[in-house]
Amino acid sequence: MEKKFDDDMLVCRCEEITVGEIRQAIAEGALDVVGVKRRTRAGMGLCQGKTCEKMVQQILAQELCIGPEQTGSSSIRPPVRPITFGTLAGGIK
Amino acid sequence: MLNREVVIAGAGPAGLAAAIEAAKAGAQVLVVDLNIKPGGQLFKQIHKFFGSSAHRSGIRGMDIGTQMLAEAEKYGVEIWINSAVIGLYSDKIVSIERGLENGEKELVNIQAKKVILATGASENVVRFKGWTLPGIMGAGAAQTMINVNRVKPGKKVVMLGSGNVGLIVSYQLMQAGCDVVALVEAAPKIGGYGVHASKIRRAGVPIYTSHTIIEARGTDRVSEVTIAELDSKWQPIPGTEKVLECDVVTLAAGLKPISDLVRLHDLDLTFNAVFGGWVPKHNRDMESTQSGIYVAGDTTGVEEANTALEEGRLSGVAAAEALGYLTAEQAKELKDDIWERLDGLRMGPFGEKRMFAKNDILADFPACVK
Repeated sequence: MEKKFDDDMLVCRCEEITVGEIRQAIAEGALDVVGVKRRTRAGMGLCQGKTCEKMVQQILAQELCIGPEQTGSSSIRPPVRPITFGTLAGGIK
Repeated sequence: MLNREVVIAGAGPAGLAAAIEAAKAGAQVLVVDLNIKPGGQLFKQIHKFFGSSAHRSGIRGMDIGTQMLAEAEKYGVEIWINSAVIGLYSDKIVSIERGLENGEKELVNIQAKKVILATGASENVVRFKGWTLPGIMGAGAAQTMINVNRVKPGKKVVMLGSGNVGLIVSYQLMQAGCDVVALVEAAPKIGGYGVHASKIRRAGVPIYTSHTIIEARGTDRVSEVTIAELDSKWQPIPGTEKVLECDVVTLAAGLKPISDLVRLHDLDLTFNAVFGGWVPKHNRDMESTQSGIYVAGDTTGVEEANTALEEGRLSGVAAAEALGYLTAEQAKELKDDIWERLDGLRMGPFGEKRMFAKNDILADFPACVK
């Protein structure tokens, strides 16, 4: 399955982060999704990791030989869906 | 700030069923949904459901959706479409980006007495070289295109995954006029029901088990994929590669529960591989570890529309009971009936492991909640 993990393969398409960059982050000490995110920005784009988080978890599990439940998840903060500054500026009813 | 007795995130089968039960008992209910039409995935399910008559077998998902919307209207359920729950704060304040009829959006905070989270699930992606090429999409996305928007995603489709989603969507793609070139399944046997797989095989479409996609190639969009056979350790066997010409690759690799609101509110979660990952802990009333916040449907573990609907009902009944609209005896009778149907849906070779998984989650509920 090594071929499936080519270093130049995109994982986070919003921020254009590759498998290689995520491996590098793990080599530098990232232990979970948040660690990878802080080092690479993977999961910080428009979709907020909705697509790539599971792939980041899989790479972490493979590289660190840990279970999927040990790879963590992104911290969730409101707004949980992207909204415009215009809407925010309109105030809250 | 507005006030509502029950606020429900998600107008799919779980959310609508919860709304109907709570409103039927007398509660004031608001359902909020992101999409331009309520009903969740029901309206793209043009096929008939399985099971006994109590489980609405023989009825098409889209017709169940129409019935549910009529019922919701009858009981005075308020539905905000094109609106997203963007936050859930302490004391059950629900923050909503509300879509207005003129296309504008506004932020509204609602003080709810009970909150039901029925936000469903999202499709998993699969990595292979070139997976980001245009034309590669979730099988559910392709199903929305053909059955809801009436747009063909392309002409020649390779489906990855042979669970029920992969099998049913393959057949529906054929019905829509697409040429399904092949189904590719990493496991040694077909994942979904035999009856669905037979339809595919009778149409002459090959199902390659113990195979996976190694690479997708194309310039502006995908134009071909290389597949290869996998050995018993899931490694591609050199020399078994085949090239399939296609302009669409659909990924039916399972779903994961959408748990962002659950996480935001610090509900206790538990990891459950059968159900697709992290799910909120809940009791037999579908109440989470925070009193007055309920969870239902695929949010609590990926299953089927029928189970989502019954879990939604449970949460709606429980919320109405907690608000005083149903006596304990009335609620118990309703809940017992629902649990009987749920147990029926979780039987047999396909359902049993979900029954065990659900029992694990119920057993994991803390004795003392926040």
